[in-house]
Amino acid sequence: MKRWTGILAPIAFVALLLGLWEGLCRALATPTYFLPTPSEIAVALVQNAPLLFVSAWRTLRTALTAFAVTSVLAGVSALAAASGRIVEDSFRPIAVMLQVTPIIALAPLFQIWAGIDHPATAVISLACVAAFFPIYSGVLAGLGSADPALERLFDLYGASGWQKLFRLRVPSAVPQALEGLKVGLGLALTGAVIGEISASAGGQEGLAWRILEAAHRMETARSFAALAALAMIAGILHLVFRQIERRALAWWRG
Amino acid sequence: MADGAVAAFEAVEVDYPGRGRALGPFDFHLEGGEIVALVGPSGCGKSTALRLLAGLEPPTRGLVRRAAGRGETSVVFQSPTLAPWLTAAANVALPLELAGVGGKSARAQAAAALRRVGLAGAEAARPAQLSGGMAMRASLARALVTEPKVLLLDEPFAALDEITRRQLADDLLALWAEQRPAIVFVTHNVEEAVYMAGRVVVMTRGPGRIAGEVAVEGPTPRPAGFRTTEPFRHTAERLSEILRVGMEATA
Repeated sequence: MKRWTGILAPIAFVALLLGLWEGLCRALATPTYFLPTPSEIAVALVQNAPLLFVSAWRTLRTALTAFAVTSVLAGVSALAAASGRIVEDSFRPIAVMLQVTPIIALAPLFQIWAGIDHPATAVISLACVAAFFPIYSGVLAGLGSADPALERLFDLYGASGWQKLFRLRVPSAVPQALEGLKVGLGLALTGAVIGEISASAGGQEGLAWRILEAAHRMETARSFAALAALAMIAGILHLVFRQIERRALAWWRG
Repeated sequence: MADGAVAAFEAVEVDYPGRGRALGPFDFHLEGGEIVALVGPSGCGKSTALRLLAGLEPPTRGLVRRAAGRGETSVVFQSPTLAPWLTAAANVALPLELAGVGGKSARAQAAAALRRVGLAGAEAARPAQLSGGMAMRASLARALVTEPKVLLLDEPFAALDEITRRQLADDLLALWAEQRPAIVFVTHNVEEAVYMAGRVVVMTRGPGRIAGEVAVEGPTPRPAGFRTTEPFRHTAERLSEILRVGMEATA
């Protein structure tokens, strides 16, 4: 019973909002180019499904590639930072700058560096920058979260620095690293979309491009359909990662 | 250091920045194979003394001599301190693996150590699946697996219920009889100290100094009903009195 209400309540609420939207648009006779009704968006979604699917896959692939690359880079950087106070202090300003700079401001530079022929490189790079900080700080915080009593025990048994790092601090980092990865995955997708929007002149026909293209043509329903597809992949990514995280944590805790 | 002693403190003092004196001046010696209980009020520096014995920190002043080399001292903390991501056997094998013992041999010795503490069959269990008493046994197995010369126990039973505590006390003494390591047992429970130790050192309130020392008569491991015997009661009363005077003493 409780389980079903947990699933049904949000569905009912969304249905209610969509119904309100549909009813108000019809009652006020809102023009489609200004605000299409949910039913018009659904039609556009079905009609453009093949194209949207290809675009969604492109955006997803960009985000996942950036996520994979950044996970390795941020993980290695965090390991290096954890090896000594000096390294961590040296990294901090750059890590913080990466975090606080709006990545949209970096987009023009990345396009220059990637060159007009490789817009995909610029998009992936932007997604990487977007995902870097949460993964780096998650892993770094995790590496510092080892049980102090276990650390004393490792000292007592004369463990070397490497042994402490790989047998104590890395395994201790798992929960916080997963949290950082989850945030990083979401930001990789955001970064991919921002990259696509800023690279709109190129041949990067991801979902963001579909949104822009349809909006430029005042085909607002198609724009919404692409937006819906984007929301769906973001939602699916989140759910999939949450499952992975749950499994991993269950394993870690025993 | 006298013959047979495995550790000794000479006029040892420990100061912590911002907290002032934590321990001392403190003189202490530990003979090979004996069980000594350190009793004192909270904050008297018992745990500090244990860390000095373990070589985990140096004294501020004075001399700490330790005969035990690397890997010959084991510590059991108040909490089991097991790595949650490792199985019981892997936790117990850890000290051996850190010392370079091969995986297979380390696992075999770990399984044997778990058997000795009564945890046969729990090799693959994770710490989260063990009860408090079982986790403490696993922690004890990890401490004993290296066959240490010196075993340091920092209020190991404090978090356990009375039945488990008594059972573990007897099991620990039986294990001691097999390997005969020197044991330093820190507690604030006078009865537990008398039951476990052949010699009880009472500390004053912090900064801890020696308030008195009492030898406990009787065979080890303890026979059934030892807690009800006259020497046990008498020793416990004497210790309580020393402890009371030590707590009143101003630093």
